[in-house]
Amino acid sequence: MNPSIQPSRDAGAQYMLRLADTCLILGQRLGEWCGHAPILEEDIALTNTALDLIGQARALFAHISQSSGTGHDEDQLAFLREERDYVNVTLVELPRGDFAFTSLRNAMMSTFLKLVWERLATSSDAELAAIAGKAVKEARYHQRHAGDWVVRLGDGTAESRRRMESALEELWRYIPELFEGDAIDVQAQQSGIGPDWSSLRAPWLAEMTQLLDEATLAVPKDSAFRSSGKRGVHSEHMGYILADMQYLQRAYPGGVW
Amino acid sequence: MTALAATAAEARMARAWAVLETVPDPEVPVVSVCDLGLVRNVVLVENELEVVVTPTYSGCPATEYIANSIIEALNAAGLGPARVRMQRAPAWTTDWISQEGRDKLRDHGIAPPGPVAQGGAVPIRFAGRRAAGDAGDAPLACPRCGSLHTALLSAFGSTACKALHRCLDCKEPFEHFKPL
Repeated sequence: MNPSIQPSRDAGAQYMLRLADTCLILGQRLGEWCGHAPILEEDIALTNTALDLIGQARALFAHISQSSGTGHDEDQLAFLREERDYVNVTLVELPRGDFAFTSLRNAMMSTFLKLVWERLATSSDAELAAIAGKAVKEARYHQRHAGDWVVRLGDGTAESRRRMESALEELWRYIPELFEGDAIDVQAQQSGIGPDWSSLRAPWLAEMTQLLDEATLAVPKDSAFRSSGKRGVHSEHMGYILADMQYLQRAYPGGVW
Repeated sequence: MTALAATAAEARMARAWAVLETVPDPEVPVVSVCDLGLVRNVVLVENELEVVVTPTYSGCPATEYIANSIIEALNAAGLGPARVRMQRAPAWTTDWISQEGRDKLRDHGIAPPGPVAQGGAVPIRFAGRRAAGDAGDAPLACPRCGSLHTALLSAFGSTACKALHRCLDCKEPFEHFKPL
């Protein structure tokens, strides 16, 4: 049995870890579609998107270990932490749902990630800026693809619209967490590493409103519910994902392809 | 460094470039890693050749394979020791694919990428109920018959860098190297 590792508690490392974990867990969720998407083209699309996200997470993990000097490699960071030490937003850990749910979540997340990467491209951290310069191009493509589906399903048949509406209602509750700034955001903004995530709310909402308008879907009302994944307090779904992801590394310590 | 050693170093780097021109991309073997613009530089550090490579996509599974095949090719040509250094910035763009590379892609039935929009700051338009992907893009020419009467089949293709289209005239499907 492989023991767990402790990631760096440094604010800069935690800021990057939130982004890395968000990419990693969304990539894991999308990977679950392999062999299950409604059509072959979308099977390929979802798994290609997963591949990009996991590639982005890998680059961030490698950079985090190097800059925080903890000596962990990217696999250790990805596979050997306890649940409370993962700091992805809760939205990405929700079960994959149906195709409408997955498409809408991808549209929400790729819009968000695109805005994050755009700003990180001018980060004071040169390596982070380099990772962002590449990732932003990928996020744009993901956003467009997922957005196409939101419009086609939202403004589609009665059944596709019903599914899109129910996905929107469920997912919208997890959006406020994305834009809830805290001390880690403030420090990142001050040191020039990256934006305070709360500053991304207005541009995100503008893009999503445009998309939902085209899909003839109404922007839902905000609820009082607040998720807290990026502070390490996750939904009940997180443990199951980690069990899936970590089993191999725990059972066969250091196993590689 | 003596003049003789400097000449030898230059000759070694020139030969290295010539070898790299023959290292195929593992997923599109009709083009070399140089045609694709993946090799950014070759330098000599102490006595070791350092090949600077920029990966295409963050999650491209071929990246490690490419690095290994570069080192193997240089060693096989007697130019080693050699190593590969991955450089992310500036990010790879399909604008770096050479004209020769574009011609090879087209001859191989893969539509080469058009120029990348400056800064990528094109407003994103969604396709709605029309054919997916038909969001105001310039029409793509079929690499077989040249017809502009083509349609997107799948936004993602057999590899991260390609999408799948079909020609509505000659009826053949073809791949498109996506502008990035």
